[in-house]
Amino acid sequence: MALTNETIKLRLTEKFGELLTGWEEPYGMLTFSGDKEINLKVITFLQEDEELRFRFLTDICAVHYPDNKGAELAVVYHLHNLSDNVRIRFKVFTDINKPDVYSATALYASANWMERETYDFYGVNFVGHPNLIRVLNVDEMTYFPMRKEFPLEDQTRIDKDDEMFGR
Amino acid sequence: MSRPVQYNNKVKFHGIPEGYMGEGFMATSFEKVISLARKNSIWPLPFATSCCGIEFMATMASHYDLARFGSERVSFSPRQCDLLMVMGTIAKKMGPVLRQVYLQMAEPRWVLSMGACACSGGIFDTYSVLQGIDQIIPVDVYIPGCPPRPEAVLDGFMKVQELVQNEGLRRRYSDRYKDLMASYGIQ
Repeated sequence: MALTNETIKLRLTEKFGELLTGWEEPYGMLTFSGDKEINLKVITFLQEDEELRFRFLTDICAVHYPDNKGAELAVVYHLHNLSDNVRIRFKVFTDINKPDVYSATALYASANWMERETYDFYGVNFVGHPNLIRVLNVDEMTYFPMRKEFPLEDQTRIDKDDEMFGR
Repeated sequence: MSRPVQYNNKVKFHGIPEGYMGEGFMATSFEKVISLARKNSIWPLPFATSCCGIEFMATMASHYDLARFGSERVSFSPRQCDLLMVMGTIAKKMGPVLRQVYLQMAEPRWVLSMGACACSGGIFDTYSVLQGIDQIIPVDVYIPGCPPRPEAVLDGFMKVQELVQNEGLRRRYSDRYKDLMASYGIQ
């Protein structure tokens, strides 16, 4: 029997109850969020449960919601059950002033690179990551460029004046 | 019966430099001879990172034929090259690499910046892209365009040739040149 979204939701609710919230299914993909303190527990359960078997980490990324006070940064885990070919999304939210999220490197080796990238662009501090340094941007960069307070344009350039280019 | 030449019948020869000539000898200044030789044997080093590099390939290939200008030998070794052709977007992370390549080239060396990205960052006005390679290395000739057509590349190349011909042998020892290098932090 193929794994359905209802089954996954049921299994997770049995285990974690009210701790998981925000259930939705955009375009049929089960998405939910949870407290950042239990992110590893949820992922371990998804990975190790004999029925769920989400053993492939497709991606980790972050989203910045500046208006979502106290929970500005979302870290999104994309998990894949290769046996049943089912994908789900799991989000945790964190305060931008204290962006500490537990690292999933112990569960998925591929999380190492993805968490470094997420740190590089959003400044999410993955607690327990073995080597949390910049990976794609220059080492000298002092800010996290994908956060919304930084405009897309390079602020260091002096040859474009505001009047001419509407900046 | 010899066949008449139908194509390429407008071959232009480089003039002999000014000098004193007689039977079997010619006296002219060293500078003129060396400039002539340098001008017509520029070895380019293509530093191609994106679409401008594709245009350069067309320039190099038989149709536009960069070899006509004495640049048959496109070298990928900076130590043997005279002209660094930077073609394409240079990300900030690529900056030190480009600079290293420039430093490895021996004097006299020239730099040609091809396309909007190399000249000014182009459309990539963003945190990750170097806003013009002249922030890290001195540039002799800029070719505008996005990407420039091979004709424009040839035009730019001929501008470099002009510079090479008219550059005095002592220029690289002048204080002005040293100051320029020092402003880029290059000894």
